[in-house]
Amino acid sequence: MSELLKTYLLFAFVAFLIIITGVIQSWNAALFILNMGLISAVMSLGVNLQWGIAGLLNVGIMGFVALGGLATVLISMPPLTDAWAAGGPRIILGLGIGGITIACAILMFQKLPNTKWRFPVIAIFIVFGFVLYRSVLRPAVIAVEAVNPAAEGYLGGLGLPVIMAWPVGGLMAAGAAWIIGKTALGLRSDYLAIATLGISEIIIAILKNEDWMTRGVKNVVGIPRPVPYEIDLQANETFVERAASFGLDPTTASTLFVKIAYAGLFGLVLFILVWLSQRALNSPWGRMMRAIRDNEIAAQAMGKDIKARHLQIFILGSAVCGVAGAMMTTLDAQLTPGAYQPLRFTFLIWVMVIVGGSGNNLGAILGGFLVWFLWVQVEPIGYWLVDLITAPMDPESPVRLHLLDSVAQMRLLTMGLFLLLMLRFYPRGMIPEK
Amino acid sequence: MEILHALIVLSNFVIIPAIAYGSQLALGALGVTLVYGILRFSNFAHGDTMAFGTMIVILLTWWLQGIGISIAPLPTALIALPFAIFVTAILLLGTDRFVLRFYRNQKSAPVILLIVSLGIMFVYNGLVRFVIGVGDQRFSDGARFIISARDFKKITGLSEGLAIKTTQGITVITAVVIVAILFWFLNKTRTGKSMRAFSDNEDLALLSGINPERVVLYTWLIVAVLATIAGTLYGLDKSFKPFVYFQLLLPIFAAAIVGGLGNPLGAIAGGFVIAFSEVTVTYAWKKVLMYALPENLEPSGLTQLLATEYKFAVSFAILLIVLLFKPTGLFKGKAL
Repeated sequence: MSELLKTYLLFAFVAFLIIITGVIQSWNAALFILNMGLISAVMSLGVNLQWGIAGLLNVGIMGFVALGGLATVLISMPPLTDAWAAGGPRIILGLGIGGITIACAILMFQKLPNTKWRFPVIAIFIVFGFVLYRSVLRPAVIAVEAVNPAAEGYLGGLGLPVIMAWPVGGLMAAGAAWIIGKTALGLRSDYLAIATLGISEIIIAILKNEDWMTRGVKNVVGIPRPVPYEIDLQANETFVERAASFGLDPTTASTLFVKIAYAGLFGLVLFILVWLSQRALNSPWGRMMRAIRDNEIAAQAMGKDIKARHLQIFILGSAVCGVAGAMMTTLDAQLTPGAYQPLRFTFLIWVMVIVGGSGNNLGAILGGFLVWFLWVQVEPIGYWLVDLITAPMDPESPVRLHLLDSVAQMRLLTMGLFLLLMLRFYPRGMIPEK
Repeated sequence: MEILHALIVLSNFVIIPAIAYGSQLALGALGVTLVYGILRFSNFAHGDTMAFGTMIVILLTWWLQGIGISIAPLPTALIALPFAIFVTAILLLGTDRFVLRFYRNQKSAPVILLIVSLGIMFVYNGLVRFVIGVGDQRFSDGARFIISARDFKKITGLSEGLAIKTTQGITVITAVVIVAILFWFLNKTRTGKSMRAFSDNEDLALLSGINPERVVLYTWLIVAVLATIAGTLYGLDKSFKPFVYFQLLLPIFAAAIVGGLGNPLGAIAGGFVIAFSEVTVTYAWKKVLMYALPENLEPSGLTQLLATEYKFAVSFAILLIVLLFKPTGLFKGKAL
């Protein structure tokens, strides 16, 4: 069987799984899996750039995804004038002071002569800058959060179309990746892993606690959509007639239509990114990247700047994750900082890349769809299985009830086993690198 | 008098909690650093190993409480500890036999082992959540305080109290004992020396007839002891929640790297550096400053540098500074 045929068959298999879901469960469920599968595929494409092509270990995918989500709020929510009047400019000023302090500290470190006074001077400067930053920012934050806290209590966004948030999410993720890459690249590979783990926890902490920006755990809901609303469709005569001609009632037809519209948008983004990645992979640049991955010393001897190349691809991969994060928040139409869990948003993406085939873009996409499908379906299957196994027991027995209760946790166990088995027996994944 | 009061408040809210937390981190970081030194990979499953060990302790504690065994005023968990270590050791050795040994024999790159440890982390995490659930569990019993704030005030006649929780006392004593035994083992016994030799230079160690599988076996046994004890002490001191144990991974790794990965002494120092910075940066200094400073200089606000939720940012900032200026850590680790 040729490689190409195998690839086609695997993709057909995943399509078959989704169609089966549509037939057995519901088409809404199937389209939900498809949409999240598309987003997962974009994420695993980003991670594949970093790990598959450059061998960089990013364990902070969740952070970059969350930054994309933040971008959605900052770009698309309407600005809240009362809140801006209460403290908007002052918050900007405070953040500016913070930024200038850091920039000056870096500049001082580079320019001051290396004497024993250098560190104390910089330390004192940073402390003063920090105190100033806090004293400017704090009152403004309190003022903003006091404006209609039950429904608003934050600054809102820019009120631009939500699609614009996707590239902006990518840019924000790229910025965070630049900071991490600058410090941790060029050291041992494990250090990058630990540094990314750290930055992702911090980004989530910021999202949860800076209420003036994201409303924290109170969540931002009702983010504008790039596609029509179900209510409007149901009120639209032509749409209802069209739906009737397919034999569908207006409610089902409108939810399906919205999901299909999203799938079209996400599919387009995925297509563009895959096309770019494939071009990059097969260009001189991609060959250089793989050469660096396979033998750093030889690549260095050829005059390649390894740290700069690694920084480049690390930023690119993280930006792709940021775009995916913005897409996901757009689909949810709400930002829920409490929902970002590392096992779901970082490690599950790793399972996708490894299972699909690291180093192969199509493999990463396949992994994204397949693993997402399993992640969703393991729970009902597990429930059914536990129900079957414990059927002979007394229906009220505590063991049975506890097992049925904990079925939701089985997906972690299953995913872990799946990852370990793949690594052991098919370390190159389902569609291996050529 | 004022200064004395300031000192008491400082010890009560900063020094004593930080010492206890530092000991817990140090024990965790020792486990990470040992795996790194001997098996040569960063073990991301360590947090969940701690969670697993603690879970066994909790289950045994409940059982012991159920049949009415207790060693009050000490927590019942201490009796459960040896059995839990045994169970954790079986789990770790099983994992090593069925998962990690394959990659060791293949001489896989450390990065591959790291990813394998992510898979192991997933499995342990699922196991723990499956058995005990995701909720908060408190399992500390026995006396709550060695000395409570009220007693302290009564004895000394001062207006500020100093409380030492039983769990804090147990944490520090246990940590000191465990570390002393560990260093005695590594420096004085034949097995310990062979482990250090293996960590220094694998090829030379093999040439002099050291059996690598034996070294690995002892490493996992020690890691089981360290992880279970660190997890239990943390759980007794605060509470047990699987997700919190996963998050502990960051300060633990920060501690190990700050001290120098692969260096046991560094892991202990790193644990205390991280714990003290975390507690001092997130503590509201108002009360201490009120006593310590002259009246006209007293602060008006809480004088808290960072909200408690940002404690991870502290470990992370220290980690970045160390990576930027001294990537091998304070004590020379084998990293870089």
